[in-house]
Amino acid sequence: MTDQSTVESPVVPEPQPAQPLVELRELTVHFPVRAGLLLGRTVGLLRAVDGVSLSIPRGTSYGLVGESGCGKSTLARGLLRLVEPTSGEILFDGTDLRQLNNEAMRRMRRRMQLVFQDQLSTMDSRQNVESLLTEGLRAHGLGNGAVAVSARLRDTLNAVGLPAGVLRRYPHELSGGQRQRVGLARALVLQPDLIVADEPVSALDVSIQAQVLNLLAELQRTLQLTQLVISHDLAVVRHIADVVGVMYLGVLVEEAYSDELAATPLHPYTRALLSAVPVPDPTVEDRRERILLSGDLPSSTDPPSGCRFHTRCPWVRPTRCADERPELRELRPGHRVACHWAQELAVSTTQVSGRGGGGWIC
Amino acid sequence: MLGPRRGAGPLLEVRELSVVFSGRSEETVIAVDGVSFTVEPGQTVGLVGESGCGKSVTGLAIAGLLSARGNRVGGQVVFAGRDLLALRAKERRDLRGREIGMIFQDPFAALNPVLPIGLQVAEVLQRHRGCDRRGSMRSARELLDSVGIADPDRRLREYPHQMSGGMRQRALIAMALAGQPKLLIADEPTTALDVTVQAQILDLLRRVVEQTGTALLVITHDLGVVAGLCDEVHVLYAGKLVESAERHRLFATPRHPYTHGLLGAVPRLDSPRGQPLSQIRGSIADAPGWAQGCAFAPRCDRVVDACLTGTPPLSTGAGQALRCNNPMPVEVPG
Repeated sequence: MTDQSTVESPVVPEPQPAQPLVELRELTVHFPVRAGLLLGRTVGLLRAVDGVSLSIPRGTSYGLVGESGCGKSTLARGLLRLVEPTSGEILFDGTDLRQLNNEAMRRMRRRMQLVFQDQLSTMDSRQNVESLLTEGLRAHGLGNGAVAVSARLRDTLNAVGLPAGVLRRYPHELSGGQRQRVGLARALVLQPDLIVADEPVSALDVSIQAQVLNLLAELQRTLQLTQLVISHDLAVVRHIADVVGVMYLGVLVEEAYSDELAATPLHPYTRALLSAVPVPDPTVEDRRERILLSGDLPSSTDPPSGCRFHTRCPWVRPTRCADERPELRELRPGHRVACHWAQELAVSTTQVSGRGGGGWIC
Repeated sequence: MLGPRRGAGPLLEVRELSVVFSGRSEETVIAVDGVSFTVEPGQTVGLVGESGCGKSVTGLAIAGLLSARGNRVGGQVVFAGRDLLALRAKERRDLRGREIGMIFQDPFAALNPVLPIGLQVAEVLQRHRGCDRRGSMRSARELLDSVGIADPDRRLREYPHQMSGGMRQRALIAMALAGQPKLLIADEPTTALDVTVQAQILDLLRRVVEQTGTALLVITHDLGVVAGLCDEVHVLYAGKLVESAERHRLFATPRHPYTHGLLGAVPRLDSPRGQPLSQIRGSIADAPGWAQGCAFAPRCDRVVDACLTGTPPLSTGAGQALRCNNPMPVEVPG
């Protein structure tokens, strides 16, 4: 075992709600759905993100989890204004990003960096690693002074655990894990305040995934980074995030400290999600009951009325679920849920298991 | 034709299977290197490992889906008493789809995009079960219904692009079941799917095994999938089996350092948070092959001298196998 004995178990700083680095208020991102060959009539609206409010305290890690099509990646792109949000506010360190003009926004982007899932597709195959890393520096006017730049590159590579020798290498010469580290280095070299990592480990093998996850946790601790980590994998998100938000069809359905979310999920969708994650332990797998959702994800162009999950919810109750959209409300300190019946479901766990197969033994 | 063999010994016996890829250059790649295992009738067996370990190539070789050009397949694949590798192409085609069904990771790539689903399922029925056109459509409808596709009459006429990923995987499973196979080979059957859909498909596979009595060979990188699905698990590294055991035993007391490392590297919902995951240093790309010693040695913390001089032998006994000179000590549970 390569125990990282040097890394003491990271002390998670208690999130300070007073001074968030990022605050989203009712962010929506809608895309027009066009039909027709030339004129492109707008025939509908795809509600990718439909009114999400959340805040990320400085120095903490926020995990966003959900299945494909839930809007988690669009939310991240909307946050960085890589797609233009339709409405809402994005407060970054107190500034509303949507009020900034292009040049101010461009300068602001140094402080918020994106790390992607498929690094190879984000790298120019004709650029070596050194050129990839200095490109951002030059773009932000930080590329002056060869000595200072090379020191900065060395420090950054050191931080992500790459030897200085990779500077001369090209993307295709690197392994998947190394590429992910270069992607991280490319973000870190600009010394950002916020790292947005979109599925940072889904393309990697298990053993490499562990290396990158440990690295992300260590970087957050040593560099006091604020992170938004997006993944479809609840186990991955829970491992590195302080707070986890669960998205379904463009809305946030639940948000809690990650341990609390894993231990006492309150929203039926979170319960189903937790019960569906395979656990590499046969005794747990044999014992646990699964909540199998029926059917597929409804389309975001025509989301269900009321609670968006009511068409697949095992605990759905007549009329109110279909009629009234549940607000995200705080049921316990730091634990927000958008479900009309969450309170009742929370206290009547035994009854719940009897009705729909509750047990999330993990 | 193969009926009398049923129940008399293993359904599938893979003996010293090896696959060597040789390209136009002189360089050859040993993808699978002397792999042996058996699958009993009705048993679910898992092949696990990371990318490049040879698990998918093993599956393709068993199904006879590796093209002959540039590949050398050695060893024996004895299925119901006959060596598949010695069969002629036509005999293999008759077997494949009827006796052996296959499910792939990407159902969209495995389905024909320009044919309705119904026709594709019916085609298998006509080819392998001797159904006529009308009968095959009726059976296709029943098959779609049995794999949990709602409104099968409408779905029969739909094309793959009109279906969701989970629905396509169900259709593919229906096609694989159409020949009433004795063995299903599923190569990463749920990797491309969302978690909740994955749970549906795994549930379906469990039911298929239970109800039809087919044996299932699951090829996957996902230890969680294996833990809930397989009776017996084989771990592959760089083309060789490194550890085999019954699943409870493998997960409770992994003996090979690689298996042990893999299990510790998976983030779990029930593990203590804030603790770094155990990691295996380096990557499988560092594997030097098995010629000069153990291929895992460069990444292993338990290397002894013998690991660097020759291939560690596979020691077998009591339903398990292990290829390691210095295995993990057996921990006392608790």
